[in-house]
Amino acid sequence: MTGFFTLLYKELLRFWKVGFQTVFAPIVSTLLYLMIFSHVLEEHVEAYPGVAYTVFLVPGLIMMSMLQNAFANSSSSLIQSKVTGNLVFVLLSPLSHTEVFFAYVLASVARGLAVGMGVYLVTLAFFDVPLASFTWVFMFALMGSALLGAIGVIAGIWAEKFDQLAAFQNFVILPLTFLSGVFYTIRSLPPFWQGLSHLNPFFYMIDGFRYGFFSVSDTSPYISLGIVATCFVGVSWLTLLMLKTGYKIRH
Amino acid sequence: MTLAIEVKQLHKRFSNLQALGCVDLEIEAGEFFALLGPNGAGKTTLINIIAGLTLPSSGSARVMGYDVVAAYRQARRMLGVVPQELVFDPFFTVHETLVIQSGYYGLKNNGRWIDEILHHLDLTGRAGANMRTLSGGMKRRVLVAQALVHKPPVIVLDEPTAGVDVELRQGLWRFMKQLNRDGHTIMLTTHYLDEAEALCNRVAMLKQGHIVVLDSIRNLINSLSGCLLRLRLVPDVLPPALLPLANSGEEGYHILALKDYSQLEGVMTALRMAGTQVLEMGVLQPDLEDVFVTIMGGGGSKGPATVLA
Repeated sequence: MTGFFTLLYKELLRFWKVGFQTVFAPIVSTLLYLMIFSHVLEEHVEAYPGVAYTVFLVPGLIMMSMLQNAFANSSSSLIQSKVTGNLVFVLLSPLSHTEVFFAYVLASVARGLAVGMGVYLVTLAFFDVPLASFTWVFMFALMGSALLGAIGVIAGIWAEKFDQLAAFQNFVILPLTFLSGVFYTIRSLPPFWQGLSHLNPFFYMIDGFRYGFFSVSDTSPYISLGIVATCFVGVSWLTLLMLKTGYKIRH
Repeated sequence: MTLAIEVKQLHKRFSNLQALGCVDLEIEAGEFFALLGPNGAGKTTLINIIAGLTLPSSGSARVMGYDVVAAYRQARRMLGVVPQELVFDPFFTVHETLVIQSGYYGLKNNGRWIDEILHHLDLTGRAGANMRTLSGGMKRRVLVAQALVHKPPVIVLDEPTAGVDVELRQGLWRFMKQLNRDGHTIMLTTHYLDEAEALCNRVAMLKQGHIVVLDSIRNLINSLSGCLLRLRLVPDVLPPALLPLANSGEEGYHILALKDYSQLEGVMTALRMAGTQVLEMGVLQPDLEDVFVTIMGGGGSKGPATVLA
């Protein structure tokens, strides 16, 4: 287990050493979203009855920042190690593919939770955001970050250059996040787009996470959690297979 | 006795390139072994397969008896590899790098050994420095240190002295000799054949993915019969009788290739008959480089058998 904990420690230390960029910067940019959208839309939209738009927006933005940062952590760490060549130190070591997988995913979860917690604490100073069930909030935060951490491992292994990773982020992760109901409730969408949104796993993460705050959601949180957990298991299986066979990293 | 490295019928193919073709190699524990060959001969591929960085197409490799694929955890614990490229993690200091590397091998309190390696590699003063701030030579030393954190019985160095200054090179070899005396098996690749000749007891020469020579350095040099005679003459003209022996000369010198020492007498007689005075004479012993050139030069794209014959 020492090997696993060392890799986890190294991954945590890596983002913590540049915490200004990896934790503080995303907190600031998320708050900017919050300020701008709440200013523009506050009077026009009421997503749930009795819930102000800004307050509705807060959980969505927290989740979005967690997902993006969890993805960024494992993917950027892996691509940097691949491009600079220092991944060789992990590959030469007796660490198993399972240990490598969990170390990268847990480090991603840690960064996701750190950013999410930061955003939440700062918003508390400005808005009165209810917290109906900490358990639901935590479950979705954990599963969402873990899923995106695992997807980040896949992207980091698959990408050979930084621009390929950027493409993955801009054309897969970003649209899925933005179109998942961060800024709106999908009930406001036409039926076709509502149906389409239900195919987006990111929707269930945001919806379930929001349920933890307001006890209101578009889909039952049990179903949402089940879908997110299923996605995590599927993605993890694929990631472990890639690591085990040495896809793109052991030639 | 356990073999430090045992490679059996190893093949490696990269899409349409045959990198290794049926390599068999046994290195006994305690050897100081050199893997030689021109660029692209397959040295690094062979090392990478032994290290588990590359998967073989067929065949097997073992380190201290452990299969590098089936029992990779044990095999990797037995092996320390110094990679050819100067790689480092820019987020960490030298000391952090070594503590982390120890942890990967399951070692928690490795401080004393880390300090000892730092001392041997003359890195103690830079232990707290970030990897980014180190010079190329310093980074190379850290790579060596990283390969040694878990005291591996088998150490593999892939061109450790490429682009390294004389002082570091000598220091590095001193340290490797000491480790070899302490019982570590050492395998290296290098393009400096004098280094291999001075350090190693056995060599393998790779050519186009095949081992074409595998022998002790003494045997290899002895296998080149004859010697070279280096002469400075007045007048500076070779008597016609000696022209058939003439080898590529250098400015002001004549080099004669002799099949054996008994030919020496004939040479002296020919010179005396021609009235040529000998200003300077030296006998050149063949060295590993001559062996290397003979083996790599001959044969072109012929298979290993023809080259050996």
